[in-house]
Amino acid sequence: MRLESHPIVDFKRGKEVTIYFNGKPVKAYEGETVAASLYASGVRVFSRSFRFHRPRGFFCAIGKCSQCMMEVDGVPNIRTCKVYVRDGMQIRTQNAVPDAENDYLAIIDKLIDTFFPHGSHYKKFNSPKFLREFVTRQMRKMAGFGNVPRRAPDVNAEYEEIDADVAVVGGGPGGLSAAIHSAKYGAKVVLLDENNYLGGQLIKQTHRFFGSGRHRAGTRGIRIAEILEEDLMKYGNVDVRKETKVFGIYGMDVVGVQNDTKLLKVRAKRIVIATGAYERTLIFENNDLPGVYGAGGVQTLMNVFGIKPGNRGLIVGSGNVGLILTYQLLQAGIDVSAIVEAMPRIGGYFVHAAKVRRLGVPIYTRHTILRAKGEKRVEGAVIAQLDEKWNVVKGSEKDIDCDFICVAVGLSPAHELLYHAGADMKFVPELGGMVPLRTRFNETSVKGVYVAGDVAGIEEATAAIMEGRIAGIHAAISLGYGGDEAEEELDEAVKDLEEFRAGPFGERIVCGLEKCVLESEVML
Amino acid sequence: MRYLERGYLEKDELPPLPSEERLTSKKPVVYIECPQPIPCSPCYESCRFDAIKMDNINDPPEVDYEKCTGCMACLRVCPGLAIFLVHVKNGKGYVTLQYEFLPWLEKGDRVKLFSRKGDELGEGTITWALKPERNDRTQLVTVEVDRELIFEVRAVRKR
Ligand SMILES: Cc1cc2nc3c(=O)[nH]c(=O)nc-3n(C[C@H](O)[C@H](O)[C@H](O)COP(=O)(O)OP(=O)(O)OC[C@H]3O[C@@H](n4cnc5c(N)ncnc54)[C@H](O)[C@@H]3O)c2cc1C
Ligand code: SF4
Ligand code: SF4
Ligand code: FES
Repeated sequence: MRLESHPIVDFKRGKEVTIYFNGKPVKAYEGETVAASLYASGVRVFSRSFRFHRPRGFFCAIGKCSQCMMEVDGVPNIRTCKVYVRDGMQIRTQNAVPDAENDYLAIIDKLIDTFFPHGSHYKKFNSPKFLREFVTRQMRKMAGFGNVPRRAPDVNAEYEEIDADVAVVGGGPGGLSAAIHSAKYGAKVVLLDENNYLGGQLIKQTHRFFGSGRHRAGTRGIRIAEILEEDLMKYGNVDVRKETKVFGIYGMDVVGVQNDTKLLKVRAKRIVIATGAYERTLIFENNDLPGVYGAGGVQTLMNVFGIKPGNRGLIVGSGNVGLILTYQLLQAGIDVSAIVEAMPRIGGYFVHAAKVRRLGVPIYTRHTILRAKGEKRVEGAVIAQLDEKWNVVKGSEKDIDCDFICVAVGLSPAHELLYHAGADMKFVPELGGMVPLRTRFNETSVKGVYVAGDVAGIEEATAAIMEGRIAGIHAAISLGYGGDEAEEELDEAVKDLEEFRAGPFGERIVCGLEKCVLESEVML
Repeated sequence: MRYLERGYLEKDELPPLPSEERLTSKKPVVYIECPQPIPCSPCYESCRFDAIKMDNINDPPEVDYEKCTGCMACLRVCPGLAIFLVHVKNGKGYVTLQYEFLPWLEKGDRVKLFSRKGDELGEGTITWALKPERNDRTQLVTVEVDRELIFEVRAVRKR
């Protein structure tokens, strides 16, 4: 399942190592995540669902959905899409007897509705007392995920404190740009990202970007990530911490764990939150079957690790993400049977749609997916037409031949840290969900805490870069850096972004932004 | 905006065609199929001959066929794969387009031709191919086709 050649990406695989999956040896390459290596070796069922023991595969591949949790070297509940393989690693599936692929407890899923209709667990086995206690004990054994490790892992934990002018959380285009523009004017910057690379979503985007040449349009996403990183590394006043997961913001202290072993506290004067977004899923029958993946998850597997998600995909959603993913699948030599879109029109750019249409991929507008077929993995799908009132048109069902399904129905801001910081939040559908109120300069209601990129509202990379620029410069100026030159660049940055959003595709964003501007603008 | 229901342009939605004279003149000419207002402008920015008109980044590009020299600067960078170079020479038609698939193409290769809708239109021969590494892995290739097909052929794949 590993791709040997690709028109755009050269896959640099590390040293070959062996990991053990439920005791069996699996070939892997250094630099791959556990989930990627397992997938490449044909593993599809990664876990079992909590109550009904339904099979689950990976979904997001970026550590956000928890469907890939396994026991790694004795430690339970590890998201295997976020840990990198090491020779001799022991991996076990959890919550299943004997393992996730063949789980006897899956019988519950078959029996539950017949014997225990919804709500019946409140009434059954209540008396006599001994029965209740017996059943409770058995249920407790079955409940929960994973087993607590028998002894404490023998690692040397460390603790470090650093002082910074600006702490940036997230090293995607938004965070990188914020860090660059604060550092440029002399601020001491610390950039934290949980990945072992910088670039965020950009590193799986093999296509050339839109926008203006000034904002690197016509350049591939993967190269933009490289350019931004090089830019950042020019500055001596920047401290980059990769593999650092930020879990809290306490006042102006940003707290994270570096390399799983070090507790890190950054005492910052300003904070930029640029944590990106989560992939959404869609409700349809069997949508939890292994083989139903997030579009970004498939991109990660295919464009970062060079692993084929399957042989033939169905794409749900015709926004830019769905359209671009389709093209990328074709480039990797994988068939796409169709794109379905519930709206009467294609959601993304026409030119992206035209690219795949001319290669023979049908686009069904006003269609939806009804169900995924298969027992332990996707073996096909059924789609159907929708009428004006969004009801399924009788008799329009169509079988689709596919062995995986990509859900590309949008993203939601990854906003936990904003809540933690105490920022005022608001539900703005145009921006993708709960987003922070912010000033024109992307400062939230918490003074000194800024946002940039998808976490401030789902848009795209160019906008993320522009927002990062604004937040970064403003943060630097507010600390007394930069002088007139910075002020001028800030004005220009705000204008650039306004112009960028002036077209019909920006209308929605502008409309959403109007709902979450902070009036009490902190003037400099 | 019916094209957004289908994903391809029908004849009546195509931009104006270059004149017969221009098509058969010495130099090939660009034909852009990018009708929707999107925030994108690398084609405009790359043209040194002022042949592409775009007042605002969100405007669709408009080509002045008389000014276009067929230099291919815009074709190199268009992220939408929406630009085609067309030419008629000695009664034969030539279409130059972007190509990002394996196997890479070389002069002399026989390829299948596809329409905007993905219908097969027969075969053609590659008469020129820019090496992928010369353009960040987007090849530019010219395919020789029937004269009538220069406004039909929009993709090629090696047999
Ligand atoms: C398929 C697809 C195609 C796209 N095509 C285009 C396109 O053509 N043009 C375009 O302009 N845009 C495109 N985009 C959109 C663009 O990639 C995103 O909008 C952009 O990456 C958002 O940038 P960001 O910095 O906000 O977030 P991200 O790129 O998501 O980066 C967030 C970073 O924060 C890190 N992080 C999150 N939480 C934590 C934490 N608690 N601790 C530490 N680190 C954390 C993450 O690891 C990640 O690296 C596309 C997106 C997708 C999915
Ligand atoms: S081919 Fe050259 S001259 Fe013609 S529009 Fe493109 S860049 Fe301009
Ligand atoms: S570069 Fe391509 S996609 Fe962008 S506006 Fe020009 S023709 Fe359209
Ligand atoms: S958390 Fe690993 S696949 Fe989603």
